[in-house]
Amino acid sequence: MKPPPFEYQAPASVEEALPLLGPDSAVLAGGQSLVPLLNLRLARPELVVDLNGIAELDYIHADDGVLRIGAMTRQVALERSELVRERWPLLHKAVRFVGHAQIRTRGTVGGSVAHADPAAELPVALAALRARFLLRSPRGERVVGAAELFVGPLSTSREPDELLFEIEVPEHPAGAGAGFSEHARTHGDFATAGAAAVVVPGSHAGIALLGAGPVPARAEAAEEALVGGASAREAADLAVRDVEGEHRRALCGELARRAIEEALG
Amino acid sequence: MRISVEVNGQRFEEEVEPRLLLSDFIRHRAGLTGTKVGCEQGVCGACTVQLDGEPIRSCLMLAVQASGRAIRTVEGLAPNGELHPLQRAFHEAHALQCGFCTPGFLMSMEAFLREHPEPRREDVREALAGNLCRCTGYLGIIEAVERAAREMRGADVQGG
Repeated sequence: MKPPPFEYQAPASVEEALPLLGPDSAVLAGGQSLVPLLNLRLARPELVVDLNGIAELDYIHADDGVLRIGAMTRQVALERSELVRERWPLLHKAVRFVGHAQIRTRGTVGGSVAHADPAAELPVALAALRARFLLRSPRGERVVGAAELFVGPLSTSREPDELLFEIEVPEHPAGAGAGFSEHARTHGDFATAGAAAVVVPGSHAGIALLGAGPVPARAEAAEEALVGGASAREAADLAVRDVEGEHRRALCGELARRAIEEALG
Repeated sequence: MRISVEVNGQRFEEEVEPRLLLSDFIRHRAGLTGTKVGCEQGVCGACTVQLDGEPIRSCLMLAVQASGRAIRTVEGLAPNGELHPLQRAFHEAHALQCGFCTPGFLMSMEAFLREHPEPRREDVREALAGNLCRCTGYLGIIEAVERAAREMRGADVQGG
């Protein structure tokens, strides 16, 4: 099918974009989720605000150990970034599972976060890394964590007049290992389940699950247990304690164990 | 909106609605029907073309977004009627039957082989995951991509 008619604006700056956002507008980032929704006519916005002309939203850099990713950074840029591969290996591992190469060429990091698909890889990896999400509107700016941003499947606490403009990722703790594992029927298909882990034995653990619930969420009890000396198996069991459905619990548990073991090296 | 898109080196200036998909622009405005439209939701890969050299789904991009950019379609692989090594390898290895998916495979694999001139079989299989073929069972396609990679490396050596 073809998209329904809509008005189209392609602002050249964040300042120009902000006044255009509202309940009747849709933000077009990489288009890998919005355009299918338009084609299927599941989305019928009056106005499409295309961010692709906003160069100031496309960057990856590290300031004082904090990784800053502009919302319009392409997934392929994250995948190819040497900085990310060396210092935030969990993101490098996770992004390779996002769609296919043809999707990652256009797909953006901010788009994946704002779309909040419960089967998406980047929100899960970012949750495990305790990332913060910067939102801007004509009313000002605010910073939220994953727990506050992701409120349900395909649903975030972003207000209609807010723009997600940056993702801020704290430093990987010294000596941390990273692991990402997922199950999908074919490579690049939507994942049924998955897990992200970043671990320093005895001092730090970040674990988040994909497909275990409506939103990507950290498994805090498992993190604490792992820091306290639990095995990967024990931590994985704790991580999936409240997952509904025997099959899903078993699948998430196994993937969590693999991710933790990969992180432990 | 007035847009100007370069397709296979030729400039097309057209008046389009914002909702026109790039895939439909290529087929109906540029008249290049080698690019096929399958699922129109980014799953099948039949509409894959290259945007400034990188593979994309043309059904997931608006034509207005391609203004000022360069698109390459399957017609651009054989500009003088002489088959590209990948096309020749697809022909020789029986990598197609009905052929509907083939332009998408070719445009994905041409970009892939530029980045990975010596791919391992598992890399080829992973790279093929973004294109669906309902006829061949993929073995011929894997064979064709490996054959083309060998031929293209040989051509580089001969060509210095």
